[in-house]
Amino acid sequence: MTAETTNPVLSVLADRDGDACWSCGDMRAAHFCKSCGKVQPARPVDFFAFFGLPKKLNLDVAKLERDFYLLSRKLHPDVYAQANEQEREWSLEQSSRLNDAYRTLKDPIKRTQYLLHLEGLELEEQSKNATERARATGELKKQVVPPELLEEVFELNMQLEEARMNKKMGENDAALAEEIEKQKQSLEQKYEALSLELGRYWSNWDTALDAGSEANQIQARDRMVDLLNRRNYIRNLVRDVNEVLES
Amino acid sequence: MAEREIIIGIDLGTTNSLVAFMAGDSPAVIPGEDGINLVPSVVALDEKNQIIVGNAARKYLIETPDRAVYSIKRLMGRGVDDVQEELKLFPFQLADDLQPGEVVRIRLGEKTFTPPEISAFILRQLKRNAERFFGAPVTKAVITVPAYFNDAQRQATKDAGRIAGLDVLRLVNEPTAASLAYGLDKKQNGIVAVYDLGGGTFDISILKLHDGIFEVIATNGDTHLGGDDVDNLLIRIALDDIRGDLGVDVSRNGEAVATIRKAVIEAKIALSSRESIKLDIDLPGDKRYRREITREQFEHLIQPIIDRTVGPCKQALKDAGLKPQQIDEVVLVGGSTRIPKVRALVKELFQREPHIDLNPDEVVALGAAVQANILSGGSTATENMLLLDVTPLSLGIEVAGSVTDKIILRNSTIPASASQHYTTQIDGQTNVAIHVLQGERELAKDCRSLARFDLKGIPPMAAGMPRIEVKFLIDANGILQVSAREQRSGKQAEIEVQPSYGLTDEQVEGMILDSFDNAEEDFRQRQVIEAANEADTILAALEKGKKSPAWDELTTEEKKTIARLEKMLVEVKIGNDYQAIRKSIDELNQATTRLAELMMDSAVTTALKGQNMDESNADEGPTAPHPMAKAEFK
Repeated sequence: MTAETTNPVLSVLADRDGDACWSCGDMRAAHFCKSCGKVQPARPVDFFAFFGLPKKLNLDVAKLERDFYLLSRKLHPDVYAQANEQEREWSLEQSSRLNDAYRTLKDPIKRTQYLLHLEGLELEEQSKNATERARATGELKKQVVPPELLEEVFELNMQLEEARMNKKMGENDAALAEEIEKQKQSLEQKYEALSLELGRYWSNWDTALDAGSEANQIQARDRMVDLLNRRNYIRNLVRDVNEVLES
Repeated sequence: MAEREIIIGIDLGTTNSLVAFMAGDSPAVIPGEDGINLVPSVVALDEKNQIIVGNAARKYLIETPDRAVYSIKRLMGRGVDDVQEELKLFPFQLADDLQPGEVVRIRLGEKTFTPPEISAFILRQLKRNAERFFGAPVTKAVITVPAYFNDAQRQATKDAGRIAGLDVLRLVNEPTAASLAYGLDKKQNGIVAVYDLGGGTFDISILKLHDGIFEVIATNGDTHLGGDDVDNLLIRIALDDIRGDLGVDVSRNGEAVATIRKAVIEAKIALSSRESIKLDIDLPGDKRYRREITREQFEHLIQPIIDRTVGPCKQALKDAGLKPQQIDEVVLVGGSTRIPKVRALVKELFQREPHIDLNPDEVVALGAAVQANILSGGSTATENMLLLDVTPLSLGIEVAGSVTDKIILRNSTIPASASQHYTTQIDGQTNVAIHVLQGERELAKDCRSLARFDLKGIPPMAAGMPRIEVKFLIDANGILQVSAREQRSGKQAEIEVQPSYGLTDEQVEGMILDSFDNAEEDFRQRQVIEAANEADTILAALEKGKKSPAWDELTTEEKKTIARLEKMLVEVKIGNDYQAIRKSIDELNQATTRLAELMMDSAVTTALKGQNMDESNADEGPTAPHPMAKAEFK
């Protein structure tokens, strides 16, 4: 493991004037020179801008993959294995950005979460780790039960608790397991419905962005935050159910 | 075009190791001096404390088991506290003076070595094999590692390369390397699963092939599962049998256990092609252990072991978001996939006949050679080929409540990075401790500890004011790099790395100096020795030639020239100048060509007269002083 103490990329960026390739002077692309092919130092751009994309949520994933492969051929450290240390450093930086960007954008949910993050919005902490952490430290987790689920969740949690107790005692209640399974299916349906609904707001966002309507953008993104919070809440519930059912 | 430096591809295996290179358009394995491709990963210390590697070291496993070691790969990147399981199964002898937290050291005779040093002996042997083959120094290599190796195991492998005097340009995952070797001649697109069950490790990788891009979508495995486990099971059964039937416990007799091990491995291999095998082992005290094992019994015994590969396969498919029917090809890699039962299991899992076109022992090394070629700038054969691999394990940091917060998820394409922001909890705090973990479990204690970092030199500010950005980057070798910056002051924070299981840079540096001098010098010395040996051979042959009747047929002038060149060779061969020795050998060779021909003629004439060569010319024989024209009669 190596610890780096200097960041040559940033220092070069600061010194650079204009957009010229550091090697041959010509520069049209941000990542590699279209004239001589050399890797350029990474710039602090967001993942959409990295691929030259507008901040829209509907995107052509097949084209994204093609661009990912194309940029990989230009930026991957394998291409610079015999280059000087500076170029190797840039290549490492650039290709890690490329991979991070591709991984985030190709997945619709990650893409949405990332866009909301860029917009300065944070989702409720729903990760399993947050739950574990809350359990371990006694802190309250920032999480709100969606109102329409209150009743269902209350009942399900009772059943899960009972099933956990049964398991501890070494008992097996088939009827209870079946009941939980039924609830799980209902949750999964709601989950799918939320995913579909989310897709509608992508288009709302994209249209608002094109029209330059800030009010519509705010409306769309707030709605998406709400949907994602609910969706994640259900995902965690299903995960808890699976844990009880599987073990 | 300027001549490119040779980059070799190395498969550093648990049981066997190989070195390969790209010969034109296809990769080829470089054999050892004995003409054998596989170099057993066995290291021994002989009675003169010389390091012996490979086939020559195998006899020490039985004769002096306390001076030999095998399967060292199992201990790479591991600490004293987490090798206890291995010690129950393998005759590793740890050094007596190990401190907690220290990298393990293995005792060979009176000396002790860390696993990277022992691996370095194997690597050095492979390096020498390549140098002998090319007649030139080799300093750059690609080395393969199991896909499921963690950061510490990868770092240990890289350290081993450095100790052996090799610049390790890339660590490549073994199943991915295999796919490169397969992909070379089958330029096609599709989804490929590589099932790699070797001597000590198991990997499953699922790749998407797209116009020369080899994109790993998911990988999984078990770095302690392989043929070794089958061997250990059979040894244990044999030891139990011997205790029960013969009433002796030989489990503490190193020599007996090594003998049993050799026999059961042979039996295991034979059972891949035969229906039954008879074990017949001589034991100390004139006892004899005999037992017949049928393939059916064998398959029943190993079922629990090979079943352990099912979970990782299913997880990899799940992570890739694929059903078995969506896999286009399945490729088998590793010696253990020769077991018919393993093949049947793979066929059932993926619902198709697996590929075994390439030798499963060699395919990883061949793939490493392909990657080496790509890194050296590529050739027509590897044009457009690019490998995009993933990290096999999630990277996390410990947060409040001893919970792991995952920041780079498993199966992320590498290089991959993640940034985390830290702040202080007390006014004026200047240090922050970070604990980096690798693994899938929720609690920090269940993950593998990679390293502890201390962020130092944070400008003193009110609690919560500093904003320190720590960047974690997994490079193309799957090895972590960390950098940090305090964002308010713009100051680069200082990081002190304490690897949880590994050698420090200084330690590795020391080992390089301890074991041998720089690679160039090492190679030059050996060249001189080899040339001097060749000079001795030709001079001895010339002595014989002078006694043959052919000598008298030479002109005075010819004899004079030979005498002058002979004198010159005798003089230069004791020196250190390789070029001079080489030149002198060539000149003498040329001057004695006619003598060699005359001797051959007379030998043939003699033979035609019906005389037996051995009788007529018992001592002299037809040995010409010309190494390229050795007479041979059968």
